[in-house]
Amino acid sequence: MIHIEGLHKKFGKNPVLSGLDLTINKEGVFAVLGPNGSGKTTLIKSILGMVVPDKGTISVQGEPIKKNWKYRKEIDYLPQIANFPGNLKVRELIRMIKDLRQSPSDEDRLIALFKLEPFLDKKLSTLSGGTKQKVNIVLAFMFDSPLLILDEPTTGLDPASLIHLKELIREQREMKKTILITSHIMQFVAEVSDVIVYLLEGNIYFKGSIEALKTKTGQTDLEHAIAAIATRPSHA
Amino acid sequence: MRPLQLDLAMLKILKYSFYDLIRSRWSYVYFLFYLLLGFVLLFLNNDVSKAIITLMNVIILLVPLIGTIFGIMYFYNSKEFTELLLAQPIKRSSIFLGQYFGVAGSLTLSLVLGLGIPFVLYGLFKSDAIFDFTLLLVTGAFLTLIFTVLAFNIALSNENKIKGFGYAVLLWLFLAVIYDGLFLMSLILFKEYPLDSFSLGATMLNPIDLSRTLILLKLDISALLGYTGAVFKKFFGTDQGLLISMLMLVLWTVLPIWRLVSVAKKKDF
Repeated sequence: MIHIEGLHKKFGKNPVLSGLDLTINKEGVFAVLGPNGSGKTTLIKSILGMVVPDKGTISVQGEPIKKNWKYRKEIDYLPQIANFPGNLKVRELIRMIKDLRQSPSDEDRLIALFKLEPFLDKKLSTLSGGTKQKVNIVLAFMFDSPLLILDEPTTGLDPASLIHLKELIREQREMKKTILITSHIMQFVAEVSDVIVYLLEGNIYFKGSIEALKTKTGQTDLEHAIAAIATRPSHA
Repeated sequence: MRPLQLDLAMLKILKYSFYDLIRSRWSYVYFLFYLLLGFVLLFLNNDVSKAIITLMNVIILLVPLIGTIFGIMYFYNSKEFTELLLAQPIKRSSIFLGQYFGVAGSLTLSLVLGLGIPFVLYGLFKSDAIFDFTLLLVTGAFLTLIFTVLAFNIALSNENKIKGFGYAVLLWLFLAVIYDGLFLMSLILFKEYPLDSFSLGATMLNPIDLSRTLILLKLDISALLGYTGAVFKKFFGTDQGLLISMLMLVLWTVLPIWRLVSVAKKKDF
């Protein structure tokens, strides 16, 4: 699915990724975690082709992504900040993204799930932050791509929508998809993810199941295990 | 066919950017301003040729300013949406060209409709001034295209919004006001030397001066042409002068668009 080898990226003089290797070749939910500035966003943006790596190779579904844009048909992306052209209506925005991707979509089910019908003819600038995030989720989940990348998907959601989001993620996992998630909410991560990929100083520090992480750190819950992992010396 | 598909993605982005912008309040304000200006000039002045000269003076300063400000604000405001588009299966050049032509197109529409309506109502089609007026609109469209793409270039190269905005306004101030001052000063300072080619070059290098010369050449008002215009006329003759200044405007549009696309291809978002 995703194969990354020797990925290097510097912003100015500041190295963000230094020789990162990562292979994800099965379905499931992979949580990309790490302290602020550890390179999570840069890693995700490199996979999406938004950041151009200094060195190293990335391939998605066996296709190298360098100077390629068609591979993004295989990826659905939920960006961290939902901000859309203010004078477009919700309906028009959904139509635009469908128009651009030209793939089959099931937005109606998602619109009903998040109760967005009353907002379809409203301008995006009039929506609240949480409603915008729901639109964002509809845009990311309405296509049927084998790879999903969700950047802080829980931002601004009310409890009911959060439950729907978790259901959607479970549903996608059952459809044998690969899902990459970043989040700072450990309870959410513990609930939805199969594998933890922990980044530290631009490299993968730990990759394995939540259970393995707990055993390694000697902690009983994920939040403490994550907090402990960065401070304890590694034996791996 | 591949190229056809690429263009389609660009046209779609153009379409939705354009929809978004023509519904914004500022587009209406900009349109109404030209509408009002057109009516006032025509029906108070009662002279199409004089109205065109006054309009020229307004357009030559205002169009670049509005193009710059709209361009820079649109680029920064749509940062997150641009990121969402970058994650779609589309070429980068389609995204930025689509957005750019969306902005420039909606501004040009405000200009053409705002001035066109009063002129048509006044009876432009029966008047000889129709070519002068058309040239005025074409020049206005070029200035919109040029200054919007210059603003996009500045925004693309400056992550910091305040800096980008500052540079863009400075660019406008420089080309609209300061440049002429420097130009005049150097004409006075070096008056003992032959200055023909210098002033020709200096005019070509500023799209605002170029537009002014172009319109005045067409209107054929020697009194207003000034030194550069006179040199232009002497050097190229009216027709060739028109052609060359038009070509320069095209270059002023195409080169920054080329830079926009090539910088956008390599940039990290």
